[in-house]
Amino acid sequence: MKPTDPSITWLEEKPLGLAERLYLPLFVQGLATTARHLVSPKVTVSFPEERPTVGNPLIYRGVHRLNRDDEGRVKCVACFLCATACPAHCIDIVATESPWPDREKYPEAFQIDELRCIFCGMCEEACPVDAIELTSLLDLTGKSREEMIFDKEKLLSVYDMTKDSEPMKSASLGGTL
Amino acid sequence: MSDWLPSPTTIAALAKIGLLIGGLMTAAAYLVLVERWMAAWVQDRKGPNRVGIPLTKIRLFGLGQPLADGLKIILKEDFTPKHVDKVLYAAAPLVLLAASLAIFAAIPFGSVLPPLGIAGLPDPVPFLVAPALDVGVLWVFALSSIAVYGVLLGGWASNNKYGFLGGLRSSAQLVAYEIPLGLGLLGVVLAAGSLKLDAIINAQAETGIWYAFAQPLGFIVFLVAAFAEAARLPFDLPEAEQELVGGYHTEYSGIKLLLFLVSEFLHMVTAAFLIVIMFLGGWHLWGVTGSGQEVTWLGAFLRFAVLSAKILGVILFFMLVRWSWPRFRFDQLMNLAWKVMLPLGLANLVTVATVEEFRPQLVEALGAGAAGWVALLIPWGVFFAGWIAAGLLTPSGTDNTPIRTHGPLDVEHELVEV
Repeated sequence: MKPTDPSITWLEEKPLGLAERLYLPLFVQGLATTARHLVSPKVTVSFPEERPTVGNPLIYRGVHRLNRDDEGRVKCVACFLCATACPAHCIDIVATESPWPDREKYPEAFQIDELRCIFCGMCEEACPVDAIELTSLLDLTGKSREEMIFDKEKLLSVYDMTKDSEPMKSASLGGTL
Repeated sequence: MSDWLPSPTTIAALAKIGLLIGGLMTAAAYLVLVERWMAAWVQDRKGPNRVGIPLTKIRLFGLGQPLADGLKIILKEDFTPKHVDKVLYAAAPLVLLAASLAIFAAIPFGSVLPPLGIAGLPDPVPFLVAPALDVGVLWVFALSSIAVYGVLLGGWASNNKYGFLGGLRSSAQLVAYEIPLGLGLLGVVLAAGSLKLDAIINAQAETGIWYAFAQPLGFIVFLVAAFAEAARLPFDLPEAEQELVGGYHTEYSGIKLLLFLVSEFLHMVTAAFLIVIMFLGGWHLWGVTGSGQEVTWLGAFLRFAVLSAKILGVILFFMLVRWSWPRFRFDQLMNLAWKVMLPLGLANLVTVATVEEFRPQLVEALGAGAAGWVALLIPWGVFFAGWIAAGLLTPSGTDNTPIRTHGPLDVEHELVEV
């Protein structure tokens, strides 16, 4: 685009006023702003002692969980949609024939490598049965790489741990699904 | 007394040197913590508040942080790159630190102690390492100029573009601002009639009029120049991180970097000392400290406390300004030095010289009281006149409007045609 193009609106820089040219008034203004912030309340969260508040757990993307249905069975139907959607290839599912009549397959093993995961939430969006969800747990630590690979039991236990504080996400609750 | 024992004066001087260096180093370490706190608070953070007594869980508001900082940087690898000039590279931080510490030989850090007859000191003991030095101000200025060598050597010996540019910028800036600094100082020296810093304080204490009130223009010029000399924001171009990676100390690490950083802090402390001593009355405070040379122990302590409080106040101001103002551009920096501060400093010098020259005639014509007021009002008139003139005639404005007749494509076109 040329500078002479009529679609460009050129804005003139405002000439400096007297206060700006005298410099000191603006200086005092700046100092007043800094001094106000010097004494204003601080936003720091002292982490281990103090927990940060998660604004809306429904849209927060923390540690994964595998949901259970009403009978306490894993909801997952081993369709591999999450593993396919995962950009980090951190989900590993071994499917086998389901012992229950209401579905064909269920996951014999379900592993998520939390160290590879980038917490993008695509697995959650891909899941057709709302089985995999991201919770608002935000401090994920472990002492070894092996410990950070979460298997089915671990993921189900995350569900047991968080089901009371965080109901399953659905559109009616303002969630992403 | 036997010959091999040093004289009490020597012992007193050594004690003062020890106290001063120890105090300064500790103060510098804790001022780093204060600076980090100020930075955090201004940005609505809490700042370092965890390090307390080592090996315990006692936190003490983070007062152990300087120790942790120091240990960390000392234990870091002291890496010397292959492409540097080894001798100068090692010498630069030492030159800088030695110069910034030696400055304090001529700077009083209190008033006087009462005579210690028992210890063989019949005269009042001044809070000054070199009390007999008649050229105190010159000593301070000579050594602060030598500090430029450290910066320049560091930048040059690093054999690195960023270091080199930082060193060059630094030397240009420091040379430019020595002049307004000197002009601000000359006014004070003229009025006090002495080059000794303690005599300058005494002159202010006797009249009760600090030179900041008697020479407002000189005070402003000196203050701005002191900020630039200490390379503090908004004049920290020698080490503008965004442009120069760190400036003259880009290639330094470990304890050599620590020496550079400590020296920089000492520059700020020196600047605060000079501002307080020359313009804010030193240890003098109306109705608290008195003004004579005869002091009690309590008086001596009060004067020391007042001086320290004032210096801490000025340093806090330095730190607050750091977060209030964006950095100047280099041409603006130079414009400010040569086109604004230099004329204002000259105007201040002429005013002070005129007032001091005609003071006896004024006193004769108007009486002492009225003459004092006139001698105070004239500098203030010059101050406002100079301020408004500098504002209205601002030569530091720069035309930032884009050139509309040429676009990038046009230029390319012309090049092809040629």
